[in-house]
Amino acid sequence: MKITAEIVKEHGLSPEEYQHILKILGREPTFVELGIFSVMWSEHCSYKSSRIHLKKFPTKGPQVLCEPGENAGIVDIGDGLAIVFKMESHNHPSFIEPYQGAATGVGGILRDIFTMGARPIALLDSLRFGHPDHPKTRYLLHGVVAGIAGYGNCMGIPTVGGEVYFDESYNGNILVNAMCVGLVEKDKIFLATAKGEGNPVFYVGSKTGRDGIHGATMASDVFDDSSESKRPTVQVGDPFTEKLLMEACLELMSSDDVVGIQDMGAAGLTCSTLEMGDKGNVGIDLDLDKVPCREEGMTPYELMLSESQERMLFVAKKDSEKRIHKIFEKWDLDVAVVGRVVKGETVRVFHQGECVAQVPTKPIAQEAPQHDRPMRQPAYLKKTENFSLQGIPLPKSYGEVLKRLLGSPNLASKHWVWRQYDHQVGTDTVVLPGSDAAVMRLKGTQKGIAVTTDCNSRYCYLDPRWGGILAVAEAARNIVCSGGRPLAVTDCLNFGNPEDPEIMWQFKEAVEGIAEGCRIFGTPVVSGNVSFYNETKGQAIYPTPTIGMIGVLDDIKTHTTQWFKASGDIIVLLGETYEEWGGSEYLKLIHNRVAGKPPSINFQRELAVQKTCLQAITGGWLHSAHDCSEGGLAVALAESCISRDEGVLGAEIRLENSLRQDILLFGESASRILVSLSEKHLPELQKVARIHDCPFEVLGVVSSGRLQVNSLIDEETKGLREIWMTAFERKVV
Amino acid sequence: MKFGVVIFPGSNCDRDCVHVAQTVSGNKVESLWHKETSLPRLDCLIIPGGFSYGDYLRPGAIAHFSPIMPEVKAFAERGGLVLGICNGFQILVETGLLPGALMRNVSLKFICDRVTLEIENNKLPFTCRYPAHSLVSMPIAHMEGNYFADSETLKRIEDNNQVVFRYHGDNPNGSLHSIAGVCNEKGNVLGMMPHPERVAETLLGGQDGRLLFESII
Amino acid sequence: MKVKAYITLKEGVLDPQGKAVEHALLSLGFQGVSGVRVGKYITFDIQVRSEAQARDQVEKMCQKLLANTTIESYQFEIIQS
Repeated sequence: MKITAEIVKEHGLSPEEYQHILKILGREPTFVELGIFSVMWSEHCSYKSSRIHLKKFPTKGPQVLCEPGENAGIVDIGDGLAIVFKMESHNHPSFIEPYQGAATGVGGILRDIFTMGARPIALLDSLRFGHPDHPKTRYLLHGVVAGIAGYGNCMGIPTVGGEVYFDESYNGNILVNAMCVGLVEKDKIFLATAKGEGNPVFYVGSKTGRDGIHGATMASDVFDDSSESKRPTVQVGDPFTEKLLMEACLELMSSDDVVGIQDMGAAGLTCSTLEMGDKGNVGIDLDLDKVPCREEGMTPYELMLSESQERMLFVAKKDSEKRIHKIFEKWDLDVAVVGRVVKGETVRVFHQGECVAQVPTKPIAQEAPQHDRPMRQPAYLKKTENFSLQGIPLPKSYGEVLKRLLGSPNLASKHWVWRQYDHQVGTDTVVLPGSDAAVMRLKGTQKGIAVTTDCNSRYCYLDPRWGGILAVAEAARNIVCSGGRPLAVTDCLNFGNPEDPEIMWQFKEAVEGIAEGCRIFGTPVVSGNVSFYNETKGQAIYPTPTIGMIGVLDDIKTHTTQWFKASGDIIVLLGETYEEWGGSEYLKLIHNRVAGKPPSINFQRELAVQKTCLQAITGGWLHSAHDCSEGGLAVALAESCISRDEGVLGAEIRLENSLRQDILLFGESASRILVSLSEKHLPELQKVARIHDCPFEVLGVVSSGRLQVNSLIDEETKGLREIWMTAFERKVV
Repeated sequence: MKFGVVIFPGSNCDRDCVHVAQTVSGNKVESLWHKETSLPRLDCLIIPGGFSYGDYLRPGAIAHFSPIMPEVKAFAERGGLVLGICNGFQILVETGLLPGALMRNVSLKFICDRVTLEIENNKLPFTCRYPAHSLVSMPIAHMEGNYFADSETLKRIEDNNQVVFRYHGDNPNGSLHSIAGVCNEKGNVLGMMPHPERVAETLLGGQDGRLLFESII
Repeated sequence: MKVKAYITLKEGVLDPQGKAVEHALLSLGFQGVSGVRVGKYITFDIQVRSEAQARDQVEKMCQKLLANTTIESYQFEIIQS
């Protein structure tokens, strides 16, 4: 086929990029080669718009065993064990077909983890949908949640946490970010490297069909009206096959036969072959006639670009073929030798005896275009920043405001969602969904890990840099509230069209904010994913850099939950409330304004609060710890009273503060943790707070049935729980 | 006391069952791949939860024809103890070792939650350590747990005391007579939708399930 | 020969899926809908000598695997190809 300018354009390649291809090859590419370049150089695979900014992340630390660039990041947690984790987006496919899109998103992230030799132990999902009343929201929510449940439950990996938010900025582009956490012995980690001339290259898993051809390029495009008709390119997930694939691969990797292994995700066979060759400084000869096919008459182009799910590629030692066949036979999986490792740095693809592609690995993998795209501070910021509270009236009833906040789908209990996820399979989930972070024990050790995902995209919209910092800070605070020491971060950076300078500016600012936050909290970024083009007809989503964080508990017994435990306990606020109201849920929900600056952070104070809380938890003094975030102090107090399934408690609170009362109750100042403890431990907590110079205020006591704050709020907590428990279903389901 | 746990392709609570049975019994637990055609010497066989064969066609329908199943049936006929949990229960009703069928939850959704159960029959080897009619708390996690049997069968199993566990208070999935677990006539085969292996340690929120394993021992 | 097998819940067995679909149809404005039952439709090819033999085989398949006769009923057609 003659390569015309039009064909080049259809492949999402610019004329300059095509010139570069001609230079690399020294000739015109074949059609197959053009396909290979187009997926390898798509935004999704090459990070061409984001790479120069991602370099700003801190990625090193004594705990880091594997930095970004591999299938997932790995951190050392002692006892010879390591945690493998990563978050990835599946936004575009989930909008087009929510069940399958979300399901295959979970499938993909699971493969990233077990490819490295780790057994997945937990899943989390950070979800963003359009306005609750938007006609598609309900359908998308049902589909996405069922898809996540359908895949994760069948695999037997507990889904233990995540987020669900609604905002009109996601009306045309929902976000489905899936995170997986796995456990591996430190000396049994596998990498995606091909090595050893003559070694066989194995293909294992589902047969290849025409699914998802150009999925990677689809994720690199904005939506228009025709997007919904792109349905046929969405892949269908088969969690049963993936479960077999996972067990078979883990069994395979317990032997010495595997040299390197890579899953086939976006850009399928193309990406896995080229990356493995590149990393091992070798070439690969691939014979497409050996690839197990589901459909007849597939062309080499289709075979190379198919994104059929549940497939892996691995290089094994020469004499291992018999043993390997035996393992996969046991698990009823297709396995075939589809190629050999060869000398040199070229991948050659053969089809019916003919060489249909011959491409050098290094230039494709490493010389991918890199853009320093133009940036410009968005015009809207002038308007949002230039806003004062003066015209905003004080509420008539603070109790009513509290009820409205608890009844907003963003703040209400998400049990409708997590009730559909098996969150206990594996018998390791110590803190179930519904607290600040999920906590998993690690069988055979005293240790545990805490995991959370966080991002307040409204903050990021109003100030992407501070939004990034705040997301990291909140994640760290959630880890600390559960009793964990923050260890490392994965991220999923969801933005609009990077060719728009204002979006690119948001991206750069958010990345720099996250980088700064991660340096402060000592949590390097070890893996992540960028999703651009979350934009429909010029309407971009709020910048949404989701942070996934892991923390470690040296003694699992010290884990803590957010709810009050006993009436009579003393309630203490670590941290302080300032005159901060920008971007708050209160302002949006009650006054319908998205404006102001997000809360600021004084790093010293933030660290003091976290250190004090963690030391008090490990000392065994705290009965509960809860991060104050959306909805402010009043909502945090209410949640601490009502989120316990064994029955609600109350609180008698006296706040001494001269702030505007709505800000005092519903403002979202950062660096605040609400804790409860028995009176006898109060002096110890006070002492630790003093050592760390942590602001400390006794707010009141845990009582039985009412939440009373000054003379402002006096509500029966049973009623508050009723609102909070039923709102999600009433308003979105 | 020697336990064995059968593993089908798609089982995913097998490791959890091995962990608990091993902890409680103190003996090594045999993991048995479904292609086995003979059983080692065992006292109790656990058919664990999960999605055998992806729950394709109907949960348990395909596992029923695994090579190990004739051995499981023979073991049950000899009086060996067989415990089916969740998908294991579904497999046991498909094979006919237990009466009835498990249909899609009335809500049509997967339900993972904590339920209260009443112990209806504590005269069995599986339940002898539970006080009569005591209430216990256990997790459930299933899409097809809605117990069905025709009225004749229902009457028979009620009359014979074959209903072992009943949901107390809320009926989460629409099961007839709120049935959460049943046994065969002889009382040596038990199927239940709740997961006792998930509440066998205080760290995981209780010991109510541990009693079941202690009863067996 | 081509086989088309239809598996549905028996009359009298509650069909929550059917109920949900019926409710949805009515709320979409399709009046007069009742008795919706959701089932499975299974097709496959079979190579046997006669249609009678095919019937016998498929009957056994339904009894043994394709339907759970505690709750489901089945019917099938065989089409000469």
